Amino acid sequence: MDVRAIKDQFPILNQEVNGHPLVYLDSSATSQKPVSVIEAVDRYYRETNSNVHRGVHTLGTRATDLYEGAREKVRAFIHAKSTAEIIFTRGTTTAINTVAWSYARANLKEGDEIVITQMEHHSNIIPWQQAAKATGATLKYIPLQEDGTVSLEAVRTTVTPNTKIVAITHVSNVLGTINPIKEITKIAHENDAVIVVDGAQGAPHMEVDVQDLDVDFYAFSGHKMCAPTGIGVLYGKRELLENMEPVEFGGEMIDFVNLYDSTWKELPWKFEAGTPIIAGAIGLGAAIDFLNEVGLDNILEHEKKLAAYAIAKLREVDGIAIYGPKERAALVTFNLGEVHPHDTATVLDAEGIAVRAGHHCAQPLMKWLDVTATARASFYLYNTEEDVDRLVLGLLKAKEYFGDVL
Amino acid sequence: MSYNLDTLYRQVIMDHYKNPKNRGLIEGDSLTVDMNNPTCGDRIQLQLKLEDGIVKDARFEGEGCSISMSSASMMTQAIKGKKVDDALAMSHLFSDMMLGKEIDTDGFDLGDIQALQGVSKFPARIKCATMAWKALEKGVHEQD
Repeated sequence: MDVRAIKDQFPILNQEVNGHPLVYLDSSATSQKPVSVIEAVDRYYRETNSNVHRGVHTLGTRATDLYEGAREKVRAFIHAKSTAEIIFTRGTTTAINTVAWSYARANLKEGDEIVITQMEHHSNIIPWQQAAKATGATLKYIPLQEDGTVSLEAVRTTVTPNTKIVAITHVSNVLGTINPIKEITKIAHENDAVIVVDGAQGAPHMEVDVQDLDVDFYAFSGHKMCAPTGIGVLYGKRELLENMEPVEFGGEMIDFVNLYDSTWKELPWKFEAGTPIIAGAIGLGAAIDFLNEVGLDNILEHEKKLAAYAIAKLREVDGIAIYGPKERAALVTFNLGEVHPHDTATVLDAEGIAVRAGHHCAQPLMKWLDVTATARASFYLYNTEEDVDRLVLGLLKAKEYFGDVL
Repeated sequence: MSYNLDTLYRQVIMDHYKNPKNRGLIEGDSLTVDMNNPTCGDRIQLQLKLEDGIVKDARFEGEGCSISMSSASMMTQAIKGKKVDDALAMSHLFSDMMLGKEIDTDGFDLGDIQALQGVSKFPARIKCATMAWKALEKGVHEQD
């Protein structure tokens, strides 16, 4: 994998920020976009823009073909059985909320349990808190092990025959933990619970085979995998989706509309009310082509190497605290001694290095780590070892800058 | 453009960060307000003793970056002994300062607070500086 050649395909990375060549280490928040994706969206608006699934005119047909073509690309990307199981959403958050509003509210009652973990992003916590409140179900947490992983033993003791939903992240956006989804799914199914996987940090970085994993729902966002913002995917097993009610109603999703009652279109369109995110879906299709060309196995291997390099280099920085397990995805969350992560991030920004600082939308996890905030450097296929070296130099500068006062 | 960190992290800010004034809450019947910055996790607890329209005491506790904690320290120092109305007027002045507006100090001695002027050049950090002042405004409203 030629990282230089890949990096060249991302125009945004070729710029100076605050007088230094940009080092972008915030891909877990959102990834940058390759020129092929930017051009696919641009070309759509220049040549094809039309509404889908309605007009008989030529542009309308072309736009529909592109939009549904993108759905087929997503299906193949995650190895789903059918495009009926691929619902386009605004992102991971909307996808999880769809399950929480539709599936959870229809299937949960008092005494039932929803099981999640303490490493979840807020978008995989709050929808379940709300669903629990609405149905009288109980929300339970699988405890984490000291290194920030989930043991199957803990899953087995937390998930019970009363559990109806297990919701868990594929990859932690803070710890970098990669959860054993296949094994956890087995435990959920042994207890007749469905599993909902937050794949926001998974699908962009590794091969996902929803049939092999046997997951019931898998949610992910386009913008973290080289596609535009505003497009995401909810995968659901057909038999589950068939029995679920839509959560939004309006145009596009109907079969017949009568004065006092209506019927819905078949899957997946019954979940896509209103004019869909056409350009976003086409951009996602182009992003999938791009990622396939590089190869997800190559991306994962590159990222694992880079994460190992980063951890080794960062460990050399005196006073640094690194959070998360040894085996991890391509991100490193840390704190630099007594320097507050905001201050660290501001010094790095002055050096042209973009990192995230804060609670990373995971306040319960921050509590577990016993910190109020952390800094995070996250990598993607375009990052290099030089980027890591620049980060380390930036951190030394931050230490030097605050060293006198702290 | 390269930016100069020294315009943000002035020595007086670092002094307040290292040795904050009025930090630590006290027992008593004063008014306590909580304020946080949900985007970054910074939080402050501000304790106010307002009597006869005067800020008799102002103390704080909290967790956050150098800018948010030094701003809280400077603010409590500045409003202590002031009329409540004047403290609010200073809060408005401070907001204007963060927006990069030319400010007329209107007879107020902003003292150390002037050092935070550089924050206005760092948009991502303005909310850190204003958090303590927002807590003050909330406290005064709750009192009313």
